[in-house]
Amino acid sequence: MAEIAIRRVEKSYGKVPVMHGIDLDIASREFVVILGPSGCGKSTLLRMIAGLEGITAGEIAIDGTVVNDLEPRQRGCAMVFQNYALYPHMSVADNIGYALKVAGVPKAERRRQVEEIARSVDLEAYLDRRPANLSGGQRQRVAMARAMIRKPKVFLFDEPLSNLDAILRVQMRAEIRKLHRRLGTTSVFVTHDQAEAMTLADRIVVMRAGKIEQVGTPAEIYGRPATRYVAGFIGSPPMNLLDGAVDAAGAFVPGKQDAAVRIGRPELAGRKVTLGMRAETLRFVGSADGEIQATVDFVEELGASRIIHLDWADRGLVVVQNEAVAFEPGEVVGVRVPPDAIHLFDADTGLRIGDQPMPSEMRRADVSAGEAVVP
Amino acid sequence: MIERTPVFNIVSQVLLFLGLVLSLLPFVIVVIAATHNLRDVNTVPMSLIPGQDFFKNLTDAWTRANFGVKLMNSLIFAVGVAVGKVVISAITAYSIVYFGYRGRMLIFWLVFITLMLPLEVRIVPTYAVAANVLSPFQGILDITGITWLVQQVSGVQISLNFGLLDSYAGLILPLIATATGTFLYRQFFLTLPDELVEAAKMDGAGPLRFFWDMILPLSRTNIAALFTIMFVWAWNEYLWPLLVTTDPLKRVAVVGLLDVVPGQDSVPQWNVAMAGTLIVMLPPLIIVAFTQRLFVRGLVATEK
Repeated sequence: MAEIAIRRVEKSYGKVPVMHGIDLDIASREFVVILGPSGCGKSTLLRMIAGLEGITAGEIAIDGTVVNDLEPRQRGCAMVFQNYALYPHMSVADNIGYALKVAGVPKAERRRQVEEIARSVDLEAYLDRRPANLSGGQRQRVAMARAMIRKPKVFLFDEPLSNLDAILRVQMRAEIRKLHRRLGTTSVFVTHDQAEAMTLADRIVVMRAGKIEQVGTPAEIYGRPATRYVAGFIGSPPMNLLDGAVDAAGAFVPGKQDAAVRIGRPELAGRKVTLGMRAETLRFVGSADGEIQATVDFVEELGASRIIHLDWADRGLVVVQNEAVAFEPGEVVGVRVPPDAIHLFDADTGLRIGDQPMPSEMRRADVSAGEAVVP
Repeated sequence: MIERTPVFNIVSQVLLFLGLVLSLLPFVIVVIAATHNLRDVNTVPMSLIPGQDFFKNLTDAWTRANFGVKLMNSLIFAVGVAVGKVVISAITAYSIVYFGYRGRMLIFWLVFITLMLPLEVRIVPTYAVAANVLSPFQGILDITGITWLVQQVSGVQISLNFGLLDSYAGLILPLIATATGTFLYRQFFLTLPDELVEAAKMDGAGPLRFFWDMILPLSRTNIAALFTIMFVWAWNEYLWPLLVTTDPLKRVAVVGLLDVVPGQDSVPQWNVAMAGTLIVMLPPLIIVAFTQRLFVRGLVATEK
């Protein structure tokens, strides 16, 4: 088991910088997911750890050894690729055992280890097949077995599930999680799928444009997004983000409208902020009550829940709730905004504005007070 | 778009058949001519009913042109060119595609430009080099004045000389270094996913290992295709062997046909000449028949 230390790592292609000083520590046995939109540099970061991509500045250390100048094979990492990258002309057994063959392990021993690994991922029956004759999920498992057989210090996953269909993806997600629990190998997993990130990760690293936006447990990332970007990126439907300012009374005013939400932050008076509210934390109350009076635009029925699109001060507002509703378009409804549903971000920097220090009992009291009511 | 209507099918079948007749007809005439005796083959028009003398003509041609030796020469020559070409193009293309060294595009274009310089264009300089492989170096020494310097200092006249005329090396080497194969391999290597290299790297395979374990097996069909093309091309090559070899025992079969083709004032034994051409064209046909399946796959599809 090994820890990975990434120190001020930069990367540029020619004169174009793509990584701007990445700092990240990954603990031994940890499962870290790097999450971000395509082109944010997450795969590049993974490939730099693997040694498939050089680094321009900074250093990467695995297990205390700086690996900047080591070849991929000397770093003790195994990688699972997005397109599996199986060797098309070799049987499954040869694919899995190739690393051992290169390492000069005798044939009988190789065969024994291949069979053992194949058994652990349910591939015994397919050892003589060619990759072309396997289904997507089986190929994926071959790719994993090929990584496992080397008993690496670090597993690197480069969007390994993105080529699978939805059902298989959920299945493989669970298998990867189980595998990690069983082997306890330090793992770095790159994905753009937030559901994968939330379910797999011990810690999530959210990246954007070659920078790390936030590092934290899934709960932290969801509950206390550090930037406006993370707030909008995590969660489905995405968080409501409204630009506006705080007035003298400490209420949030969106644009020039006279609508306002009491957020009780007079110390921020005059500041331009972005107000973030998760759709699933907003509650409906009687049309005269609540911090927000909004007009119903339309309702999306999802079976288990519904997404209600509201129109407030010419802005769109989305509320998710599990209880059934009987709203008509155009109806005016009241929306309660619990204090801990409020996330404030600086309008210019996008950084989170520290929460008002507030005793936790009070918060809870507030929530229960607002629990009144669903029309 | 694939059209499937009965009328269209018939039209295309008829066209295909006409094409077949058109390409086979000369061949049929050659075969028939090879069966006639001297009188029948010179009758105008020549009878299209086969005669009796096929084997006699074959034996005549064989002994007259000494095909035993010449076919062997042809075989060594064609296999040498084909193998040499396969090896050198695979290695060149591997280097150009998979290694990021300075000036590799320059090298690629230099190789590529030779496509525009077929043997016939560069035949005089190529002959000069084959006659004395070291002549370019001699030229450099002369131009830079080193020859002169050495002669002044030591009194020794530098004269490098290493000829390849009348040898297999002289036949084969100048035909190996051309761009077609390199280009074919480069295009094929570019279709292989990058992740394959990366997976192999992660598995600990070095460049030679990767070449041997991945590239070679994956390009099996391309190797077969290139080998076939080059074998047939080299076998049919006439001008170069005619030029480099003067010793009858070093001549190849295609050049050997000169011995059975009647000259201006000799007996017009076209029956023997045709039998000779049949003997000469047989080996490439056999090769194509054997490698045909691989050959077509290697040129058309990329196996995935």
